[in-house]
Formats: sequence, structure tokens, C-alpha cells
Amino acid sequence: MDLGDSVLDHLRQVAALPDLAGTHYELECEIGRGGMGVVYAARDRELDRRVALKVLEVALAGEAQLIAKLEHPAVVPIYEAGTLPDGRAFYAMKLVTGLRLDGYVAGLASLAKRLEVIRRVGEALAFAHARGFIHRDLKPQNVMVGEFGEVYVMDWGVDAVAGTPGFRAPDARLDRRSDIYALGGLLQFLLPVPPPPALQAIAAKAMSADPAARYSDVAAFLLDMERFQEGLAVEAWAEPWWHRLRRYGARNAVLLWLLAAYAAVKFLLFFLRNL
Amino acid sequence: MTMNKILAGVLLGLVLGALDGGTAWFYPEARPLITGILVGSSFKGMVVGLLSAWFARKVQSTAWGITVGAGLGLLFAFLVAANDTLNGRHPYLEIMVPGFVVGAIIGFVTQRVGTPGTAVKEQ
Repeated sequence: MDLGDSVLDHLRQVAALPDLAGTHYELECEIGRGGMGVVYAARDRELDRRVALKVLEVALAGEAQLIAKLEHPAVVPIYEAGTLPDGRAFYAMKLVTGLRLDGYVAGLASLAKRLEVIRRVGEALAFAHARGFIHRDLKPQNVMVGEFGEVYVMDWGVDAVAGTPGFRAPDARLDRRSDIYALGGLLQFLLPVPPPPALQAIAAKAMSADPAARYSDVAAFLLDMERFQEGLAVEAWAEPWWHRLRRYGARNAVLLWLLAAYAAVKFLLFFLRNL
Repeated sequence: MTMNKILAGVLLGLVLGALDGGTAWFYPEARPLITGILVGSSFKGMVVGLLSAWFARKVQSTAWGITVGAGLGLLFAFLVAANDTLNGRHPYLEIMVPGFVVGAIIGFVTQRVGTPGTAVKEQ
């Protein structure tokens, strides 16, 4: 009896499903697939909660251990790591419900909310860099925004990956500055059209082809973003005089209106006196 | 350089009060009295600045700062105008209206400058 192609495909899919015998997890469904493995939603029978299970197709040395060392609000916590009966490695982590960053942006989030996401990602990067870790593959698909606005950076430090086009630095090195390049790419990705010139300049500085021309660290990048949000001049942009004047006016609008009111009152009183 | 709010308010009130009083020079009938006007206006400004800064230490709110400063400016300008005469009449309009606006400016600036004390942020 010949089996049809659709039946064979179904059998292949079933055969590829992880064998969770001997674990306390029940498979629910596949929720994501990448070059390094597949992520499933599963239920932890012992704690009666849903988790994400990442089953690795390739033996990636220490990915789970690396993520477990990064205890930060923007890094998905690892619950458990182990080996399946079929020999594949897996790790269980928090199941994040929300949107990938590309989907979040499509939902017309405000500029303030977009910059907040960048800030949270930057803080996670700064935290990791301070502990000697780099991400290597920061991109919108590796950032999740939860239903309450919480931000998670996923897929840390995978040795076999050296970035994604558009977010991969042109220089061959993988270090903090390549992460900063990717962070600039993320900012560029989130900018509205037309982008504020100062933010465009910050993204461009972070994405300089010359690593030495980029921000020296994530903190400098975040500081420039903070300066933009406070209406101050940013390091990345030599703004023209008329823009500096407009920014000063916007930042001191109340004071300027009060001074104008004083001048108007004085002029009016002098004018009325002479009538 | 950091400066506490009280000192900032007093200095600001002194400068703005002096400038406001100096505009009396544009009224020829007031020129013989300009020295007294300058001293009185400067002192008025210092008092408004002191009280506005004290308020700013207690309540951190730009809107309330402007309101309180304007109110204090109006009050002290009234007291000055009520004790002054120019051409046989009290110059209420010429003193109180600018005094109101100067008070608002002092109230606003004292909210922004100087190191705060035990301020309660307005929700």
C-alpha cells in the first residue's frame, strides 16, 4: 500500500515531536521554530502552569546555562534544563504571552512606548555586558512585549549565530559594539516616518560602520536617548541653530509665555496711559 | 553649582523686583521717586520669592507654584499700591497687574530651580 505525501508529512511531523516521557511536561503545541530548535507550549504537571519548552536540534553549548546566569527582568527566566529520551537537549522557561516586536510596532504604539521598549532592551544588554555576555543576534524577532508592557529579550548568546542581515555589524567581530550596532538597528526599526532627526542621528551613530565611531557602551546610547526625551541636545547630532532655538522654546514654553505676558502688560499700561 | 530653593527664590525675586521697579523710569512723573520705587520693588520681589520658594519646598507642582506666586505678587503689589500715590491717585493698575505676572514668573521658576526640601509631589 502506498502512502500519500500528506500522510508521510504528517508522520514526519509526529516523529519530530519531542518525547517528553520521564519529564513532568505535557506537550501542547508548537509556537515557534528557528534554525537552532523548536519552541513548544507545554504544561508543567507538577506546578500546574504553562511553560515554553525549547528543544534544541543542535547541541548548543551552554545556551541554557548562559541565560540562567542572566537574572534580569528583561531576560526570560529558565526553570529547568535537561536531555530528552531521544537525546535532544531541552530547557523549560517562562511562557511569554504577548507580541514580537515587529507585531507590536504594527499596532501603532506611540513613540514614547517604542522608546521605552528600546530602553528596556538596552538595560538588559548593559546588564549582560557588565557580566561579560553579548547577545550576538539582537533583532525584532528576538524581542517580545508582554500584554502588560513587559519586555523580554530572547535567544541569548547562541554560538552558532553571528547576527541577522540588517542588524549585523559589517565588521567581523562579535563584541559589545556589535550588540550596540544591533540596538541601533532596533531603534531604526522602531522609528516612525518621518523620524525625529535626533533619534535618527542616535541610530546612525550606533550603526556606524566604524566600531570606534559607535557609542562606547550601551549606557552612553541610553543617555543620549534620555536627553532626547528630556528635550536636551543629544551627543549624536550637531543640530542647526534654528532647531536649537525651537527646542529651547518648547522646553521653556511656560516661562516664555509668562515673560511675553509681562511685556504685553507693560506695553498695554504704557499705551493706555498715553491715550 | 547647587543652590537651595530659598536662596534661589530670594535672589530671583530681588532681580525681577528691581527690573520691574526700574520700568517706572518710563513714567516721567515717577522718576523723582525712582530710588524708593526700586528699593520697594526689590524688597517686594524678595518677599514674594522667599514665600514662593518656601511653598516650592513643600509642594512640587508647577501649576500651584505659578498660582501661589501670582497670588503673592498680587497681594504685595496691592499693599504697595495702597500706600503709594502718583498724581493724587493710587497706582493700583500700574503696580498690581505687573506684580501679578512677576509673581507668577517667580512662582514658576522657584518650582524648577534650587535643591528641593521635603517636597510632596502633586499627583
